[in-house]
Amino acid sequence: MPEVVLAVTRIGFLALLWVFVFVAVGVIRSDLFGNRKTRQPPPVRRASAPPPPRPAKVKRGRTAKMLVVTEGTLAGTQISLGALPITIGRANDSTLIITDDYASSKHARISPRDGQWLVEDMGSTNGTYLDRAKVVGPTPVPLGAPIRIGKTVLELRS
Amino acid sequence: MTAPVIAPQRRTRRGSELFLLIFVVLLAAVVSVAIEGALGEGVTPAPLWFAATLALMFGITHVAIRLFAPYADPVLFPLVALLNGLGVALIHRLDLAAAAPNERFKVHFLTGNASLQLAWTAVGLVLLIAVLVIIRDHRSLARYSYTLGLVGLGLLAVPALLPASLSEVNGARIWIRFAGFSIQPGEFAKIAVIVFFASYLVAKRDVLSLASRRIAGIDFPRGRDLGPVVVAWLASLLVLIFEKDLGSSLLFFGIFIVMLYVATQRTSWLLIGLMLFAGGAFVAWTLFAHVQDRVAIWLHPFKDANGKGFQIVQALYGLATGRLFGTGPGAGRPEIVPYANSDFIVATIGEELGLFGLTAILVVYALIVGRGLRTALTVRDSFGKLLAAGLAFSMALQVFVVVGGVTKLIPLTGLTTPFLSYGGSSLVANYVLVGLLLRISDAARRPPASQQAVQPLANAPTEMVRL
Repeated sequence: MPEVVLAVTRIGFLALLWVFVFVAVGVIRSDLFGNRKTRQPPPVRRASAPPPPRPAKVKRGRTAKMLVVTEGTLAGTQISLGALPITIGRANDSTLIITDDYASSKHARISPRDGQWLVEDMGSTNGTYLDRAKVVGPTPVPLGAPIRIGKTVLELRS
Repeated sequence: MTAPVIAPQRRTRRGSELFLLIFVVLLAAVVSVAIEGALGEGVTPAPLWFAATLALMFGITHVAIRLFAPYADPVLFPLVALLNGLGVALIHRLDLAAAAPNERFKVHFLTGNASLQLAWTAVGLVLLIAVLVIIRDHRSLARYSYTLGLVGLGLLAVPALLPASLSEVNGARIWIRFAGFSIQPGEFAKIAVIVFFASYLVAKRDVLSLASRRIAGIDFPRGRDLGPVVVAWLASLLVLIFEKDLGSSLLFFGIFIVMLYVATQRTSWLLIGLMLFAGGAFVAWTLFAHVQDRVAIWLHPFKDANGKGFQIVQALYGLATGRLFGTGPGAGRPEIVPYANSDFIVATIGEELGLFGLTAILVVYALIVGRGLRTALTVRDSFGKLLAAGLAFSMALQVFVVVGGVTKLIPLTGLTTPFLSYGGSSLVANYVLVGLLLRISDAARRPPASQQAVQPLANAPTEMVRL
């Protein structure tokens, strides 16, 4: 085999080896963060593909002003909603510290976006449930829908 | 009363897996072309046959994964397949080097060690598929945990009980030899024991993590809870004494300590483990000549560079010869190192692919371990978490011990490099291990069953895990 071809094969192999590693890392990356280009259900505007930031606009008049704990040890607690996200969990730096054996230290976050409030699970052990569905990605929370975290239930009120 | 919440469509990503597998076959073809070009009679159809064989075997496995574990991790199997393919190519390369130059045209992938390794690959893949078919839910393994624990200990003990003529190869009594076959039961024992540890620790972790005494700011367990650690420590010392196998001994103890740490989240176990390890290592060093030998070779390999230190010295020369980009596949002299195709295959890679190539291989191992740990984080049941973490960590520790030994970071111990080294037991056992990881990752990534059945909110399906 000519020397040149051999040299090209050798260098090519090393280069391809690293290309393979990076392609594998790419697959892992898109697995973690979701591939933006693929399969977003078009009718439901999902938070994972946000439009460029706009001033928050008020939708349908009624916006959530308050987060109320309806069940659990903290039942009756109310938190006024501002522009900042609210973190929920057992950790001391959470906005709402819940003492619930089935809650994780950083359990969930409720944050405003485009006049809506989105709930997302922050990798909790037992999961966060909106109504009866497990919250997988950031999910818009309608007024009055129960958000369940362990034995605690929260809802948004206007 | 609310709009339905649509969970994002969880993709199986089997297409990515197929793409990566095609990439792997391409890489194997390129490296064997380079080897044939450097050592063989110019271009022969051998690389083509090799690539086709790999494509067939990996293809069948890919279809089986599609059928039986459709949500399994898409990267895990291709990464492992790459190591396996590259391993066979390098073993073939060392077969070529072992033959006289005018006999080399007779050496191809269907002769010598490479053919055996290909056959073992087929056996390993069949077992991987069998794991996926038989074990439909990894939690069912927990039911057989004590059986598997006993089987594991038995497999570990068999070579020590057999007469040396049936179990000893090169000073280490870790084999079972019969009728021309030789297997290393320790490789299979590793998996059985990890399953046992996982289910034992899930059952006992409350006791192990809650009852404690606080000394110097660290929670130490009560004396009576130390029992299992001491048993694991004694068992690994017994392996060391009776089988003269430093590597397995270190591997088993390390796996146990880390799984204990993962289960209880208590740093004190790591400290206790390290202290026990240091004590055991010191005792073994004072008592056993073969341990002293290993340490002496590690500290001063050049003292006896043509005798006891020959292997490690040649491996270091090989790594140095490889420099940054290597001599090229087939163009180095890795065959000078004794056992270049099994224990010292890392030195072969370092010499022929250079630091650049060796780093890529280490990154591939890191990604495999990373996917295993990721699976442990994602899967919902604690048994699965511990099992996946244990399996992933066992591979990490094994690679560390082997590569550390070959590069003279730590004393050399006879462990195999997973998927790369020549050796059937190791290859087959590691495929079983990957099969288990694929099964757990399938459970971890599978979207929850549709929630159409309307139940009262209080009875909504949820898994309660007390933290």
